[in-house]
Amino acid sequence: MTGQAYNFAYLDEQTKRMIRRALLKALAIPGYQVPFASREMPMPYGWGTGGVQVTAACLTPDDRLKVIDQGADDTTNAVSIRRFFQRTAGVETTEATSEATVIQTRHRIPETPLTEGQILVYQVPIPEPLRFLEPRETETRKMHELEEYGLMHVKLYEDIARHGEIATSYAYPVRVGGRYVMDPSPIPKFDNPKLGGNPAIQLFGAGREARIYALPPYSDVVSLDFEDHPFTPSKTDHECDLCGAGDSYLDEVITDDRGARMFVCSDTDFCASRQAQGHRGRLAPQGDTP
Amino acid sequence: MYVAVKGGERAIDAAHAWLAEERRGDPAVPELTVAQIREQMTLAVNRVMAEGSLYDPDLAALAIKQARGDLIEAVFLIRAYRTTLPRFGQSRPVDTAAMAVDRRISATFKDLPGGQVLGPTFDYTHRLLDFALAAEGAPPPAPKAPVRDEPVPHVTALLDRDGLIEDQPTDDTPAPDLTRQPLELPASRALRLQALARADEGFALSLAYSTQRGYGRTHAFVGELRIGRVAVEVDLPELGFAVEIGEIELTECDTVNQFKGSKTEPPQFTRGYGLVMGQSERKAISMSLVDRALRWHELGEDFTGAPAQDEEFVLSHCDNIQATGFLEHIKLPHYVDFQAELELVRRIRREATQIREAAE
Amino acid sequence: MNAILGGGFADPPTQSAHAFRALLEAMARPGRIHEVTGAAPPAPISVAAGVALLTLTDSTTPLHLAGPADSEALRVWIGFHTGAPLVPADEAQFALGHWHDLQPLSRFRIGEPAYPDRSATLIVELDQLESQGARLTGPGIRDEARLSLPEIGAFRSNRALFPLGLDFILTCGSRLAALPRSTIVEDI
Repeated sequence: MTGQAYNFAYLDEQTKRMIRRALLKALAIPGYQVPFASREMPMPYGWGTGGVQVTAACLTPDDRLKVIDQGADDTTNAVSIRRFFQRTAGVETTEATSEATVIQTRHRIPETPLTEGQILVYQVPIPEPLRFLEPRETETRKMHELEEYGLMHVKLYEDIARHGEIATSYAYPVRVGGRYVMDPSPIPKFDNPKLGGNPAIQLFGAGREARIYALPPYSDVVSLDFEDHPFTPSKTDHECDLCGAGDSYLDEVITDDRGARMFVCSDTDFCASRQAQGHRGRLAPQGDTP
Repeated sequence: MYVAVKGGERAIDAAHAWLAEERRGDPAVPELTVAQIREQMTLAVNRVMAEGSLYDPDLAALAIKQARGDLIEAVFLIRAYRTTLPRFGQSRPVDTAAMAVDRRISATFKDLPGGQVLGPTFDYTHRLLDFALAAEGAPPPAPKAPVRDEPVPHVTALLDRDGLIEDQPTDDTPAPDLTRQPLELPASRALRLQALARADEGFALSLAYSTQRGYGRTHAFVGELRIGRVAVEVDLPELGFAVEIGEIELTECDTVNQFKGSKTEPPQFTRGYGLVMGQSERKAISMSLVDRALRWHELGEDFTGAPAQDEEFVLSHCDNIQATGFLEHIKLPHYVDFQAELELVRRIRREATQIREAAE
Repeated sequence: MNAILGGGFADPPTQSAHAFRALLEAMARPGRIHEVTGAAPPAPISVAAGVALLTLTDSTTPLHLAGPADSEALRVWIGFHTGAPLVPADEAQFALGHWHDLQPLSRFRIGEPAYPDRSATLIVELDQLESQGARLTGPGIRDEARLSLPEIGAFRSNRALFPLGLDFILTCGSRLAALPRSTIVEDI
């Protein structure tokens, strides 16, 4: 495939217009899933086709794009998507969260706070938060229409009855602006507090399920909970073994077959920046440069 | 000392290079040409065209070569290519009654206008491995019969003349297109048929088979199965008439199904319909059985909960490109979600253990 | 004739990308005013309204032209550059006109309870567009924003329909802002 053979950012203009119209409606109705005529992309469904279409519709040649998967810039699917846009849109890319104007993500919100002027595009596998309670789209659409979210509360309460707490650790449902219950994509619930009040524009694309939804900046986003069991954005109780951060989300790395393990920031840019500033964790290489 | 995994880019490049080598296989064996695949793997080419929704035997053959013979991967290549093509317009409905048939059989009448034409079928081959093919060489020429210059009317049209089969009024509303509009349920029959024509052959086959075994039984007879070429015509508004732009091969299946009727309404047979690009007989028959099963509501039948009757279930799961993408995505990294689960399970286990110990 | 064949985007992929980012930012941050360029529609249509039409409409989006916007020159320009079918108000996905020409707003589609997105977007031509006047709060706004609106009541009634309702793109010269149905408008 050569870059020249395709339009800027791969999609044809009519397709981009269709996605753009859906994006504007999504912003106007925060948390509501707008159906869109998702196209077949040159990467598999379930691998970010929704996010890629949203990014393609938003990109300008002046953008600086960052792509992460699991918080990391160098995971293979992030590399693959970044290359796709380098080739088809010729945009500059970056790994630095603070320098990016558009960030496409799978499963994480960067640790570095986002700012106005940035767009965070989420890849979404199953956009419907009620799907695991009710498999039929025809039913869940009615439930959203009528604000019938009782089933979701029953499910969460059953968790509490069985486990003593809500046993949902990622893709933790939220309510947007007191109206729509929304799936924040499979981010860990640790990231949920960053959804609300965020200065950046947050856009969600589900290609296979053909849905787009959005959170305008500074949206009111509440993680579902109960008065006696308030939502807690928990994470593993460790510090990063490379940069020493105590407040970042961690990946667990198994280092041998005798139970040894270490914990490292899932956000590779955040971790590398801290190490560059001289922060050191328990197992960090000693010396000036990491 | 732990070093974070880097070099995803290099790994991807190396994987692609290795893939290309594996695709080629032993270089001592002559390389397959696209033309060889197109001419000698015709049914694979047909399947890729049908499920890829693009009638282009050369591209389908190329996709099969590129995909190392993985037909779903080949369909994916075709679909991804198809999305980038501009749309110039819609053709007129093809006239399958005017098809130049290579094969035409009816299971409902012993003989009929146009005749039974067996055509190039596996049906009565004994499934014995033909070791002569391993030796290569030209087959003996097939005997030729004079061209039967007579119309080949549809069996359903013959039944329709006597009012024995449900009426099928023509409908001029523009055909919907699920590749351009998001699927909305309930879907029209035209949209369901489009989805089924693109559907995975295996999925359609299994669903159709399930109806035969009683999960949404429709008592189907193959009224007619025909394979052949039809002209594709496009209206040119500037000229005020239609122009033939080419020919495509199609497989069409009409099933004649159990009649319905009541004390006041005389009984009639009902229809199931399948139309697939290329010679794709198994798919066309499957499609017509599933089409008929999905029509329960319109025909006033009971919904028995059978998968083949369930429009949302069938349409949401029949596309193998959607299915394989989502199925295979679980091999992508999920460290973050898994870590969240680990943390939760460890905590709940710790708490449960403490409660148990406190109780002891 | 040149006025009709001209006035579109010279480089549609790039210009529509920049224009859309302005529209996206505008809809995401109600009340913020953005400069746009690249369209030269026939008078009296503003550059900003022309940019919105070129960026968002095509042969799949029924468009209603209200009042003087429904001119022969604009109809031809739209036909040539976007191909949007021109329709009565109640069938429109987009509408263009001065605020008073768009009245009554009840003619436009506000979406369906199951599909609130199936509602019209109104491109409203204004004589002035400044960051002063009515107070805006709601999604996209940190504390509050101010915008010179032609009136308050219509936007308050529209907000009361949420999640149904109309969305507005407000245009004046080469400037535009947006007011989605989610914004709370107050006369303070």
